[in-house]
Amino acid sequence: MSTHADTHAHDDDHGHHHKETFVTKYIFSQDHKMIAKQYLVTGTIMGVIGVLMSIMFRMQIAWPEEPNILFEALLGKWAPGGVMDADIYLALVTIHGTIMVFFVLTAGLSGTFSNLLIPLQIGARDMASGFLNMISYWLFFLSSVIMVISLFVEAGPAAAGWTIYPPLSALPMAQGGSGMGMTLWLVSMAIFIASSLLGSLNYVVTVINLRTKGMSMTRLPLTIWAFFVTAIIGIVSFPVLLSAALLLIMDRSFGTSFFLSDIFIQGEVLHYQGGSPVLFEHLFWFLGHPEVYIVILPAMGLVSEIMATNSRKPIFGYRAMIASILAIAFLSTIVWGHHMFVSGMNPFLGSVFTFTTLLIAIPSAVKAFNWITTIWKGNIQMNPAMLFSIGFVSTFITGGLTGIILGDSALDINVHDTYFVIAHFHLVMGISALYGMFAGIYHWYPKMFGRMLNKKLGYIHFWVTAVCAYGVFFPMHFIGMAGLPRRYYTNSNFPLFDDLANVNVVITIFAIIGGIFQLVYLYNFFASMFYGKKAEQNPWKSTTLEWTTPVKHLHGNWPGAIPHVYRWSYDYSKPGHDVDFVPQNVPLMEGEEELHH
Amino acid sequence: MTAFLTIIIVLFIAIAIWQMVKIFDLAQVGVSDNQVANENDNKVNAYLMIGFLIFIYVITIVCFVLWGDLPLMSNSASEHGPEIDNLMIISMIIIFIVQTITQFLLHYFAYKYRGEKGKKALYFADNNTLEAIWTIIPVIVLAGLIIYGLFTWTSIMNVNEDDDPLVLELYAQQFNWKARYGGNDNTLGKANVRLINLDNANILGLDEADPNAQDDIITTELHLPVGKPVLIKMRSQDVLHSAYMPHFRAQMNCVPGMITQFGFTPTVTTAEMRQTPEMIEKVANINEIRKEKSKELAAKGEAALDPYEFDYILLCNKICGKSHYNMQMKIIVETQEEFDAWMAEQKEFKDSLIK
Repeated sequence: MSTHADTHAHDDDHGHHHKETFVTKYIFSQDHKMIAKQYLVTGTIMGVIGVLMSIMFRMQIAWPEEPNILFEALLGKWAPGGVMDADIYLALVTIHGTIMVFFVLTAGLSGTFSNLLIPLQIGARDMASGFLNMISYWLFFLSSVIMVISLFVEAGPAAAGWTIYPPLSALPMAQGGSGMGMTLWLVSMAIFIASSLLGSLNYVVTVINLRTKGMSMTRLPLTIWAFFVTAIIGIVSFPVLLSAALLLIMDRSFGTSFFLSDIFIQGEVLHYQGGSPVLFEHLFWFLGHPEVYIVILPAMGLVSEIMATNSRKPIFGYRAMIASILAIAFLSTIVWGHHMFVSGMNPFLGSVFTFTTLLIAIPSAVKAFNWITTIWKGNIQMNPAMLFSIGFVSTFITGGLTGIILGDSALDINVHDTYFVIAHFHLVMGISALYGMFAGIYHWYPKMFGRMLNKKLGYIHFWVTAVCAYGVFFPMHFIGMAGLPRRYYTNSNFPLFDDLANVNVVITIFAIIGGIFQLVYLYNFFASMFYGKKAEQNPWKSTTLEWTTPVKHLHGNWPGAIPHVYRWSYDYSKPGHDVDFVPQNVPLMEGEEELHH
Repeated sequence: MTAFLTIIIVLFIAIAIWQMVKIFDLAQVGVSDNQVANENDNKVNAYLMIGFLIFIYVITIVCFVLWGDLPLMSNSASEHGPEIDNLMIISMIIIFIVQTITQFLLHYFAYKYRGEKGKKALYFADNNTLEAIWTIIPVIVLAGLIIYGLFTWTSIMNVNEDDDPLVLELYAQQFNWKARYGGNDNTLGKANVRLINLDNANILGLDEADPNAQDDIITTELHLPVGKPVLIKMRSQDVLHSAYMPHFRAQMNCVPGMITQFGFTPTVTTAEMRQTPEMIEKVANINEIRKEKSKELAAKGEAALDPYEFDYILLCNKICGKSHYNMQMKIIVETQEEFDAWMAEQKEFKDSLIK
């Protein structure tokens, strides 16, 4: 705290910093902008691994048990003769889920943009604690490394599904991946949670304490509101997963019986007595459900901001947007049981969770309608970031709507754990959050790297991804309704599902094409760092404070004094002004009234 | 082989994209280097938005036409099945309407209000009436769905013991299912996995001293008499499993250390279900697919696939380990007479033990 607490007092002498070495600038940096980039690059690498895994298991589903040189090359002993092993199939599914949910869409998304934008948009020199911020990143890095190392364990990586329900995850004799692979998974996640908590605490403290003069809570861009509330949800729910992980470690290694009871496996009765796997499910989903909002809220914040900027219009219903973020955050902590309707818990609880779950559709609907109204009568600039934002709203609606089926306990009985669920959550939180992340990257790339991303490549990237996303996940609803369970290595033992085989081939082809076209993005991302067009200071003509900082990064963000704020962040196309945007640091004209204050 | 070809094609596409990307890049040197959308970009992408809207509608229609009858939507075989199906259909209709309208608005607005030089957007930041409308409408719709859903749920989950249901046990283990019937007394004997004794073939851990257990009957197929309520008690000996019986709209997890339950009444016998026109069509279609596949297999010198005949199935639907994908049991719904005859052939527990 101490190094930065005084930054407000001595605004002016902060521009000249003591000379930085390579190590302090690029590796153990305490500058929030560099840390954001570190998160982004690490998240991208993990994302590549996660997507590659999904393509591999999609190939297995489409062409079950056929030799495949990709498997032979990448899976080694797990694909003798190029035929994928059933154990590694489950491991791929498990690690894909873990990596995408936690390492890409939590750390990669929230870590990148919370770090980048919170100080810049609220007008602060840096995070409240640059040191904790650095630790947070390096813990994340460490947990990523451990997760990747776990892929090379002799008996295989964790393979009990990303929800790691015991007893499967607790007993090495139940599954190869539940040995050293699961141990590393748990250690990696424990470190990840520590990282996430340090990050979240920092975000909350920074937003509360370090806003520049005039930046009241109701003048904050919605990005900051989203990051702020996300951090609070993280602080509330991640420790519960940590406790679950620790208890599971105790059960696994020290003979306790928190989650295990009455088990007979491989010819012997185990000593466990009195525990309950259902308890683990409760603990897991107490994080697990808020987690999907930890993933989606930052994306919503980014999309709100980008939609307003590119529509050249204020976001519609600013206060309703904040209220719905808060409502979603609150409800997200009391709906976890909808993952457990058929877990054996009391059916009365099922009723309660159905009620709370369907309530969450209301703030979600408000948000969707507000976004649509935001672009109504706009002057829409079709930048790649805007396309991804529109795509976000589209997939969020498509995926969100099927939530009213899954959230309804009576209907969940028949589609629980089928492909219907996969279709639902991939659209509503997977693809949507990824779109939000892409939108953010296309929009703030100039801020991060001082150069522009190539827009034509951006267009190709978006349109192919958009078509493929629907091509992959839309048909999945139908095979789910036909009763096809998820996490099946092959469906060939069920002639009943033979007529679904061709659907699975279609899905896989879309997945492969979609996966390949991410190379366009990767190329754009890395090549533009060096060869991209040099960015102007405010390329999108935006109102928020980050665009008042110089293109070349300074540790401390503004060369001179921190700008003061006089208006909310959405004065686009305001009548009475010549330009169609009025930055937040421009004082009100004489007689001009501020909306909302 | 297909997979191999796919990979080759995929690789070629990847290389082609890489090359295209490079050409794009080179072509842009010297040309307008502005990476912010211009009027032309706005126009092209606006039209693509309409194209995409059409794509969403088309993929929806295609999915419904091609695969809309795959779902087990109309052939439920339990008493509560139609209740779930009705609720499902109502929910689907609501979703369909909302989806069609909102996607239209989103993409149409994106097209209509594309950026043009000299145009100024409307400064429209707030409208309480609008906000109220789209808060209240979802509230009403959801209230209806919640109430309907809760009634359905409660009526399904409430097991009425007065109906004198057939009580039986489903027993899950990696990677198969067993069923246990109460025998003549219709009462399941006490059991715990700690009592399992493989030496005398007490594989489900029944209490050998319990009089109720003596006449219990353990089977590897699940037979159910049609029209009689059945209450299934579930146990698992090792990890979580889930007993998923899609045709009966029934599912419940099997949890080590506790007994879970699900009750329903089968209404259509296996024989009747095989004779329904939908099922005849579905089975014919599947057999056509299997015939094609068999030809491929024959070319490779492998055995042909057996023709398919419909049976109800019970699947494991909670990840449970390596052979999760093949943990199934046949369910046979039959008349009471057939059921009784089958039951009479089975060995009682006390006779099944190895002395």
